[in-house]
Amino acid sequence: MTASVANAAAAAAVVPCWSCKGPVAARALFCSVCGAVQGPGAIDHFSRLGMLPTFDIDQDLLEKQYFGFQRRLHPDRFAAKSPKERALSQSQATSLNEAYETLKDPLKRAAYLLDLKGRKVDLTACGTINDPMLLMEQMEKREAIADADTVEVITKLSADADSEVIACQCHISAAFNAGELDEAGHLTIRLKYLAKLAEEARTKKTRITRALR
Amino acid sequence: MIDDGLVLLQLHEPGETPVPHESESGLAVGIDLGTTNSVVAFSFDSEVEVLRGEDGKALIPSVVHYKDDGSVEVGALARQAILESPDHVVSSIKRLMGRGLEDVKSLAGTLPYEVVVPPEGGMVRLRVAGRTLTPVAISAHILMAIKERAEQAMLGKSVTRAVITVPAYFDDAARTATKDAARLADIEVLRLVNEPTAAALAYGLDNSVEGLYAVYDLGGGTFDISILKMEKGVFQVKATGGDAVLGGDDIDHAVAEHFLSQRAAGAAITAGEVKQALMTARVAKECLTGRAEGEWMIELDGIASRHKLTKAELEKLAEPFVERTIEICRGVVEDAGIDVGDIQGVVLVGGSTRMPLVRKRVSEFFGRQPLSDINPDEVVAVGAALQAEALTRGSDTLLLDVTPLSLGIETMGGIVEKVIPRNTPIPVAMAQEFTTYQDGQSAMSIHVVQGEREMVDQCRSLARFVLRGIPPMAAGAARIRVTFQVDADGLLTVSAQEMATGVEQHVAVKPSYGLSDDEMATMLRDSLVHAKDDMAQRLLTEAVVEARRSVLAVKSALGVDHDLLSVDERQAIDAAVEAVEQACAGIDRDAVTVAVEHLEEATKSFAEKRMDRGIRQALAGVSVERLDDALGGAE
Ligand SMILES: [Zn+2]
Repeated sequence: MTASVANAAAAAAVVPCWSCKGPVAARALFCSVCGAVQGPGAIDHFSRLGMLPTFDIDQDLLEKQYFGFQRRLHPDRFAAKSPKERALSQSQATSLNEAYETLKDPLKRAAYLLDLKGRKVDLTACGTINDPMLLMEQMEKREAIADADTVEVITKLSADADSEVIACQCHISAAFNAGELDEAGHLTIRLKYLAKLAEEARTKKTRITRALR
Repeated sequence: MIDDGLVLLQLHEPGETPVPHESESGLAVGIDLGTTNSVVAFSFDSEVEVLRGEDGKALIPSVVHYKDDGSVEVGALARQAILESPDHVVSSIKRLMGRGLEDVKSLAGTLPYEVVVPPEGGMVRLRVAGRTLTPVAISAHILMAIKERAEQAMLGKSVTRAVITVPAYFDDAARTATKDAARLADIEVLRLVNEPTAAALAYGLDNSVEGLYAVYDLGGGTFDISILKMEKGVFQVKATGGDAVLGGDDIDHAVAEHFLSQRAAGAAITAGEVKQALMTARVAKECLTGRAEGEWMIELDGIASRHKLTKAELEKLAEPFVERTIEICRGVVEDAGIDVGDIQGVVLVGGSTRMPLVRKRVSEFFGRQPLSDINPDEVVAVGAALQAEALTRGSDTLLLDVTPLSLGIETMGGIVEKVIPRNTPIPVAMAQEFTTYQDGQSAMSIHVVQGEREMVDQCRSLARFVLRGIPPMAAGAARIRVTFQVDADGLLTVSAQEMATGVEQHVAVKPSYGLSDDEMATMLRDSLVHAKDDMAQRLLTEAVVEARRSVLAVKSALGVDHDLLSVDERQAIDAAVEAVEQACAGIDRDAVTVAVEHLEEATKSFAEKRMDRGIRQALAGVSVERLDDALGGAE
């Protein structure tokens, strides 16, 4: 790193505290001088929760971090503070919730990580599957679920769908670890459809079991 | 950031309830504002006392008697008056909070009072004793009685703030209505807490409770089921569900109908008979908790009728309602993504869980005996009191709740597009972008709904608003970002901005079932209480809180960086601080604002010097440690 780049980075890391107007680290949660809570700032979800930006994630650690940050930033901690501090704490808690909801879900996490690495996958684009193989596979499985009419059949289909979801997550992990981002992107789209199928199978299973009761 | 000036539209004012300095504010209590009964409790150092009336009872019947002389009576006496003057007494008003005509139709026949809907739509009104009252005003009367009870029990100390519980399944309109009622009763709401979450808090206090718990809450008029994960002082709601119009009242009605069908041989049934039959049904239901059968008498208009009821008959009448709660439990367990077997305990809340049939079905479904060591009538108020203490005096515990109903917007063909799915942790914000579909289109109408169904007319309408002033552009070129924010009370705020140009837009909102600001203002004026918390007072309090924060901030800064100031500069700042403190002691808001502005002016160069020093230190590689102080987040 050249000196000027380092300087710019160091200067950018310091911002004025909204409350006492003095310097505060851009990422600080509280001002060390006046104690005021700071805004959530624009940092990525992994950094926000103090996690490494990887697909493989320790769910227990993630939850522990999330609880830890919420303990300090949740609006309940600021009920007796000024309106401005309450509003900032609400923004902080909102950002923490968004980060937590994104990272705890493998599909959202994969898509977010790809986005961070500059490979945006569009999970909202509904319907159209570009990959003919994937399309074929999905149609067949969907049909099988629709045709299932006994508990045995749907239980098996549901279990298969669940294990395919898990297998796909393992492949995504492998692709990220090997730095194969294109592959990770394909698999993430695949995961989206597999998750949807697993959901459909579960719903159907519930319906059949309930009808029997 | 919050203050980017683009928040154009607010269904609810943020910062509506400033919390004044501890010494200036009264005590904070927990209130369970129930359909049938209400309870109030107070906590100090985690020791909770349920506040009782002179009769020693904790339950205050949520019944209001509007007398002909204009006076109002709440509680046990009001309940007794039901028989003599049924058309002067209102009960179960909670069922109508934030409800419109459509909702009332679905309750048809179960409401023992005359309901009218204002011509412009919106929340229903009640015709009682020749007066037209909103459910908000009636609830405010109950809250005033609760406040009075609390103040008597606290030896005359003033009670001004409260945590009020609401059914987890209450929608936005009902939550807003509850908050409005508190405002009319001159109670500042510290937080609306979901009833099952409050109950869990009461149980989780001893910390021996860890893992996944279900809270089954069957009250008079509402049913809630929540699955929570309790862990080291964190209460995380995993999923919640319920029915805002299902409760013990429904069982009473079924029993009352049964009685009336035996009594009235073809004759028209009077309102008086319905009320009396309901009271008899309630008594019968309670008696059959411990007995196998009994006989009750209904006597009115000179006609007496005797009615036998066995426990088995009662259970047959109650079964459809209890089964419906079990169905809802099943759905919520699925939503939580767990198996019933993962649940380590079931907590029972609400008077209706005393019914043996309810206990039996709940233990069958969850495969374990439910917990009810804390009185199910009082447990919610106990939790609310603990939370009131936590919010005003600090606490190690933390509640992380979710939004119970999905929020969506109407799209083409009346289809709902979900913006925030149910069971999303709150507070939450989601943004959605819209575009224009006609060249030069300058306005766009947005309809916000709450519910799980696909079609708009099957969901509850929350609000409609129009985005105006969209700059003229080709169809599809405008990008309007609408942000939906649900706060920690579960209340929705909507804001909007045009992304392509950043042009400000005018937005008009019409809450579907709320009271308009004008209506609220009028009610506050005619008030019930002498609107102590009128607008001016609230603004003053808010300004003083903010001014005190500024002074503290400047003093902290002086403590660290005083060496940057000359004697003259220091004197100027000290004088400005002094001026703010003086203004805060007065009652002139403008004086406070001006003094704070002067203080900001007086500290401007000081702030610049501090920033320079901070950046110089960062550049010199002097660790930003001091600045980084609060970086480490967890634990
Ligand atoms: Zn500061």
